[in-house]
Amino acid sequence: MAKIKTPINFSLGSTSKRDNVAGYLSISPWLIGFILLIVGPMVASFYLSFTNYNLLSSPTWVGLDNYRNLFSDDRFLKSLEVTFKFVFISVPLKLIFALALAMLFNTGRRGSSLFSAIYYIPSIIGGSVAVAVVWRQLFGRQGAITQLLSMLNITDTNLIGNPDTALSVLILLVVWQFGSPMIIFLAGLRQVPQELYEAASVDGAGKVRQFCNVTLPMLTPVIFFNLVMQTIGSFMTFTQSYLITGGGPLDETLFYAVYLYEVAFEYLRMGYASAMAWVLLVIIAFITLLFFLTSKYWVFYQSEGGR
Amino acid sequence: MNGKKKRLLGDVIFYVFVIGLGILMVYPILWMLSSSLKPATEIFNNAVSLWPSEFVWENYQSGWAGFGGIGFATYFRNSLIVTSTVVIGTMITGSLVAYGFARIDFKMKNVLFACLMATIMLPVQITLIPQYIIFNELDLVNTFVPLMLPGLMGGQPFFIFLMIQFIRGIPRELDEAAIVDGCSKFGIYWRIILPLLKPALVTVALFCFMWTWDDFLAPLIYLNDASIHTVTIALRNFMDVSGGTSWGPLLAMSSLSLLPQLLIFVFFQKYLVQGIATTGLK
Repeated sequence: MAKIKTPINFSLGSTSKRDNVAGYLSISPWLIGFILLIVGPMVASFYLSFTNYNLLSSPTWVGLDNYRNLFSDDRFLKSLEVTFKFVFISVPLKLIFALALAMLFNTGRRGSSLFSAIYYIPSIIGGSVAVAVVWRQLFGRQGAITQLLSMLNITDTNLIGNPDTALSVLILLVVWQFGSPMIIFLAGLRQVPQELYEAASVDGAGKVRQFCNVTLPMLTPVIFFNLVMQTIGSFMTFTQSYLITGGGPLDETLFYAVYLYEVAFEYLRMGYASAMAWVLLVIIAFITLLFFLTSKYWVFYQSEGGR
Repeated sequence: MNGKKKRLLGDVIFYVFVIGLGILMVYPILWMLSSSLKPATEIFNNAVSLWPSEFVWENYQSGWAGFGGIGFATYFRNSLIVTSTVVIGTMITGSLVAYGFARIDFKMKNVLFACLMATIMLPVQITLIPQYIIFNELDLVNTFVPLMLPGLMGGQPFFIFLMIQFIRGIPRELDEAAIVDGCSKFGIYWRIILPLLKPALVTVALFCFMWTWDDFLAPLIYLNDASIHTVTIALRNFMDVSGGTSWGPLLAMSSLSLLPQLLIFVFFQKYLVQGIATTGLK
């Protein structure tokens, strides 16, 4: 897993002309889309990031000003802080829940597959507007959770309106969707050879040692995959913050993607927003690279006979 | 005897914990469904409870009538048009592209495959603004075209990758036998690969349906007129219009908007679970 094989070229010598034509014809829908909807726009976006552009008059060149201004823009810095906080709290929490529950369901007790299916439901619907509506009601003024917390004398203020707790409401929504990484973990756990556990228990390893020395190392490729996918996805989170908290209160939930949307489509500062998009790409690329570079120290691939 | 007792205790703890957490997991969904059936006064007064004192359907009636003169029938129709075009487009063009990458040797294939893989991780924000500018220049903002077009271009790269992986698992001997029988490259795609690809196509169709149905950002940016809004945008506006006053109809329409996902979950759960488990592991 997570290791992507490039297509293997079976033919010897050069590819035939007919294959070239057939090949390019068959991938043409994607290729045209790739050029017109990805490469072209990326070039345009890079150019726009050095300009001021508001859709109405033509772009004017400003050099590195957009990038320079970003770092004196308090709201931009706030959005970076909020997003990093969100990613680094929600992703580990979600994966820990996913792994813990996967281990529990892997004990093979009756009903495990039914329960794991039920736990998966939030992952299916969690990104929808409907769930955002529900969240806003549950945690908002007079909401069910708000009433419950006040009945239990924990707090009287609603969690969404309070700058200290608004972000945790959104984190909770994300962690609630641990079902899909849980299923990936479950599939990974089933691939761990039973002999390893037997050998470990013959050597006198208890449950905890077995977990640390067998389960965890064997699962590292799956953990790696989940970590990369969830982290990248979390950096782009938009809908939940936009709908539930609107980035507030006091910008405490102003996610990067929400601020970028505001700058681009509410203030029509397309150049500045393009610069923001490129900074986001660099951040994501850097973090992904970091994961891949460190992976050789902690990701264990069975087929390579060790590290 | 002692071991048996220990086992029993383990079972009890397991079921208490798993059922307890399970109730918390589905509470928000059950709460939404039950609140949509509660009389107007009860949504706040009887908020925590999952059981309405009496079941009423009026929330669905008044919700369906919509707001601002447009009913939810229009929004559901719009969502259905966009979603079905994207799903069918992805199944046809995506499978063809996947076939090309998995089975035909052409120049620069490895480079292009790397490009395909790179786009899986590309943040949408990077292309969002220029794409908007292009569609704006072409006068296509405020139409379904920007929402549908990616689906006709092979669909999301992730789905193409999923199908490439599946096609690689189909024995090449079948292709060779077909070539001996005089089948062309497209004949192989149509007669051999496509029928065998069915399980992957179902997985792709289901996820593609759910993600497109849920999509919020693209409709938010591209659709201006209320008459062409999708359900997601309509719900957002409904939430703003109704403010804190009429949650009943809003929750009724929210429940209805999740109906496709819940139906897919009930009937095709196996495909979903297999889809995630294998794409995460291949």
